[in-house]
Amino acid sequence: MQGLYARVLIALLAFTAPVSAQDIVLGMSKDEIGITAFFNGSEILIFGALKHETATSSAGDLDVVVTIASPRTPVTVRRKDKRLGIWVNVEAFDVDLAPSFYAVATTGPFDRVVSEASDLWHQISVRQLIRAVAVPPTTLNKDQFTEALVRVREEQGLYQLLPGSVQLQEQTLFSTSVSLPANLVEGPYSARIFVLRDGEVVSQYQTAIDVHKVGIERWLYNLAHERPVVYGLLSLAIAIFSGWAAAAAFRLLRG
Amino acid sequence: MYIYLPIAEVSVNAFVLLGLGGLVGILSGMFGVGGGFLMTPLLFFIGIPPAVAVATEANQIVASSFSGVLAHVKRKTVDFKMGGVLLIGGLIGAALGVVVFNYLKSLGQVDLLVKLCYVLFLGVVGSLMFAESLRALRKSKQVAVAKPRKKRGLVHVLPFKMRFRVSGLYISIIPPIVVGVAVGVLAAIMGVGGGFVMVPAMIYLLGMPTKVVVGTSLFQIIFVTAFTTMLHATTNYTVDMVLAVLLLIGGVIGAQFGTMIGAKLKAEQLRILLALMVLLVCAKLAMDLIVEPAELFSLGVAGGH
Repeated sequence: MQGLYARVLIALLAFTAPVSAQDIVLGMSKDEIGITAFFNGSEILIFGALKHETATSSAGDLDVVVTIASPRTPVTVRRKDKRLGIWVNVEAFDVDLAPSFYAVATTGPFDRVVSEASDLWHQISVRQLIRAVAVPPTTLNKDQFTEALVRVREEQGLYQLLPGSVQLQEQTLFSTSVSLPANLVEGPYSARIFVLRDGEVVSQYQTAIDVHKVGIERWLYNLAHERPVVYGLLSLAIAIFSGWAAAAAFRLLRG
Repeated sequence: MYIYLPIAEVSVNAFVLLGLGGLVGILSGMFGVGGGFLMTPLLFFIGIPPAVAVATEANQIVASSFSGVLAHVKRKTVDFKMGGVLLIGGLIGAALGVVVFNYLKSLGQVDLLVKLCYVLFLGVVGSLMFAESLRALRKSKQVAVAKPRKKRGLVHVLPFKMRFRVSGLYISIIPPIVVGVAVGVLAAIMGVGGGFVMVPAMIYLLGMPTKVVVGTSLFQIIFVTAFTTMLHATTNYTVDMVLAVLLLIGGVIGAQFGTMIGAKLKAEQLRILLALMVLLVCAKLAMDLIVEPAELFSLGVAGGH
């Protein structure tokens, strides 16, 4: 594996030479997202321009890839099998760090826009991203588990591949929008923008989107973690009070 | 209307939660069960993380049980003395249960054990109750007044006898304490109040009248679940107050309706309905274990095998 990475590195160093020729100017509809009590997802518009310092006519067309990733957290993937007639968890595999949300938006079909080598090096696709961190060498069938992780989260809409959703005009102006789901975790989200030509990355840019709870959500979360006894007692007090209030209300209703 | 839950970190439809709370509240008021054995799997189903679901459910049961108990106090159908004796056993059992739970967790497969526990206990308790109440129902149709069961069992010959006026019993306190401990252990392992085991045990093992059983069970459940809530809030930080409030608004109102419905039904009908419900949940859980799941892989928080 190490040897492969080294070879890819050398290959990529050769390719990265023209990077300085292209700069990315980026704009976003928002660079922070506040999770309020009525938060129900959010849409981020990402747009920008590619600065050309050399004429592009001679080279091939440009492609743009935008990725948005949540902070990474450890995940345990479990596999069920039939034992004594019932389905039980027989195997578990820990993926050290996987984002709970990951979206890839591209200007065209992923395989055409991003070459395998670029994907391997820059970890653009979610499979590469997860494979790169989840490699305890002792586990057999680890691919089966990382594949299952991606599959389950794709079904939940947490891992999205959006081919063709980036519009690139005149090889200069690009724009895309990504919908973030309602069940976001807090933390710094990273937005990466890659400019590619013939599948190879010629320029990239990275920025952060801060996602955090605000208002009562923030207050409750802090209270639960900083003063757990107070929080627990408050929860019980609310429970007892509601129980009493309902009983009292019904007594009144029935006279 | 969607609400973001600060601890569970998911956004859910508030009306779904209100409805779920109301449904489980009705059952709670009718049968004197906390409803945790029903609510916890439902919360998993709508996407609440299991740890948060179990902890918050305990908090919600406190509210619906308290609401239900007040209605029963008004009707003088709570045996506080018996409740107190059961509670002593219950708290000892809950503490033991936590130790057992952590030991099993270190061995792995605690999920499976919890599910098997559910299937086994729900199955046994449900079928016993169903058969018994069916017999009772037939008998009460043949004879106008059902003869009260006055067998001399173990509960009458053991020492440390105590008079429980509300239940009309003069029995040893050893069986209620043993029942309390057993239910406490189960409650801690299965993450529920234990009402569905406690209610039949009170009827069949202790010989308490059904009308008193419901209120007394609720009274006891309040304290066990309050204890569990504090334990979860201080060790795992998994009690979601917003989720609890949504569930308990539905729950406390449902519990009041449930008590009203329960008062109108005959004891045998009440028991047969509870038996059917218990068997239904048991069948559903058993199916989950036997039928091949569509997705063999599941994701969980790392560390908790």
